[in-house]
Amino acid sequence: MTVLTDRQTVSRADVRRALDTVIDPELDEPVTDLGFVRSVDIDGDDVTVHLRLPTSFCSPNFAYLMASDAKDALSALDGVGVVVVELDDHHDSALINAGLAADAGYVGTFGHEAESSLDELRMTFRRKAHTAAAERVLTELLRSKPTLPESMVGSVRLRHLGPGRTTEALLRRREAIGLPDDPDALVLVDHEGRGYSPDEVPMALRRARSTRISIDGNAHFCRGLLRTRYEGSGADQAPRPDGAEPADHHHLIPVTVKEIPR
Amino acid sequence: MYTKDGESYFIVDAHIALWDARPENLRNEHGKQFIDCFYDYHRNLSPEAEVWSYEDYLYQGGQRLMKDLFEDGYVDHAIFQPAALTEFYNTGFGQTKEAYELAAANPTRLTYNHNFDPRNGEQGLDQLRADHEAMKFTGVKLYTAEWHGESRGWKLTDPWAYRYLEECRKLGVTNIHVHKGPTIRPLDRDAFDVADIDAVATDFTDLNFIVEHVGLPRLEDFCWIATQEPNVYGGLAVAMPFMHTRPRYFAQILGELLYWIGEDRIFFSSDYAIWTPKWLVEQFVDFQIPADLTEYAPLTTAQKKKILGLNAAKMYGIEVPAELRLPEADTTETGPRDPAAADLATV
Repeated sequence: MTVLTDRQTVSRADVRRALDTVIDPELDEPVTDLGFVRSVDIDGDDVTVHLRLPTSFCSPNFAYLMASDAKDALSALDGVGVVVVELDDHHDSALINAGLAADAGYVGTFGHEAESSLDELRMTFRRKAHTAAAERVLTELLRSKPTLPESMVGSVRLRHLGPGRTTEALLRRREAIGLPDDPDALVLVDHEGRGYSPDEVPMALRRARSTRISIDGNAHFCRGLLRTRYEGSGADQAPRPDGAEPADHHHLIPVTVKEIPR
Repeated sequence: MYTKDGESYFIVDAHIALWDARPENLRNEHGKQFIDCFYDYHRNLSPEAEVWSYEDYLYQGGQRLMKDLFEDGYVDHAIFQPAALTEFYNTGFGQTKEAYELAAANPTRLTYNHNFDPRNGEQGLDQLRADHEAMKFTGVKLYTAEWHGESRGWKLTDPWAYRYLEECRKLGVTNIHVHKGPTIRPLDRDAFDVADIDAVATDFTDLNFIVEHVGLPRLEDFCWIATQEPNVYGGLAVAMPFMHTRPRYFAQILGELLYWIGEDRIFFSSDYAIWTPKWLVEQFVDFQIPADLTEYAPLTTAQKKKILGLNAAKMYGIEVPAELRLPEADTTETGPRDPAAADLATV
């Protein structure tokens, strides 16, 4: 006999917390902060979530990854019933939504276009996110100590970093790729934890810098495109401090309907 | 030509299109999704006064193109880089006949580059030879995320792509413009990765590879391969308009490019009709790297002149008035290094 009164029901806060764990791998941010969650409907224990992206032509592999991660995260909620996740307005919406509904998996969804999995793709972007996070703290350090030679940043260790948002962000990115967090660990390392000799440091830092510029630039452009595409979606976006510019939150191009007047 | 504060700039717009995305040319919903994506780029990154109506955006025609570029836009010479997108549009997105005829009627103003799809196999090779016989182009624009039946993407390292590049070499088609897109086979990998360009640049050292959008959204991968390959160049299409809304980001893109590939291998482009050259040229001449970005040196007038036109003019053999020319700079401190060591796939 089922005791209905003891059953947990899923709340909007539960759904939000679950979706907070879904990361856009390219932009290194939760889909909730990016405004990619279009709607959440809870009917009894059943949850329906619609996702939206900045363009119809966002990469289908990343689109699928976020949508399937969302379904997994929601399905893991205690007491949840039927979970439906749908991606709206994408060139592969029909394909991806059918794959999600059938729990067909990546290969089952994309068929001949898929080889084995998206694990390597995900790892590539976790490494890039780590590289960018390391560059942020080191460039911060260089700017605060103008006399510090660039080649010296190769010997900076975690214990040399001050507390704060960028340091915490680095520690999270290190954990995500399995790097240690002991205070004596070097900051400027590759994804396997190897440091650089002093003559290699300037170029390693420059490569890291181009990675950081790229991720921050893409993140803000994608956010802006979402605001242009979906009126009012800016209200669903959390500010991104990394790479922010004055125009990012004051860009009020009037909404234009993309139809020809008849 | 654009003149300001006593300095004159020769302008080559290295990436323009004459497209037709009107409803009667849409083959399916993807045609509309594609132009809508462009339109969102346009209205997201343009100054408000430069935003066109959606109807204007769908098709411009030759007359308006000539006015926007050469009467209003300070452009001395522009190069067509057409995207075929035949799966989305009945007569394709870029209008081959119209663009070629416009270029033929205005040879000192316009250069027509063509395109090919290596998945067309032997038939496509015959077509490439026939097209070249008819149009005598020296460059092609390749879009790796072009859809083609069951396939929605290809790589420059595909065996058939090599066959086509070998044919380009024979025909004297030396300028290979590459635009990476979101689909590739298999989808397991990052479709925007430019490692395949690294490989072909090493194998075809007599061809120039111009990476459009300077590799965006993978600026970092592009900088790394371009610094190692002396025949890899960066086109600023889509990067330019960030100058207006996101000037710090644009400054950093430029700063990185100047560090990694140097001032002689960067090309200005409006990506007309996504944007128009007038405001881009005006703002770029006035643009300066913010002083607090101390990791970059200020932009020089000579660098701006090269980027705005002299670099592309050199590659395409476009005649530049003697008083507007400049000598080349030394190589960057990062390279070009040993091309044999240039293999991004192992990094």
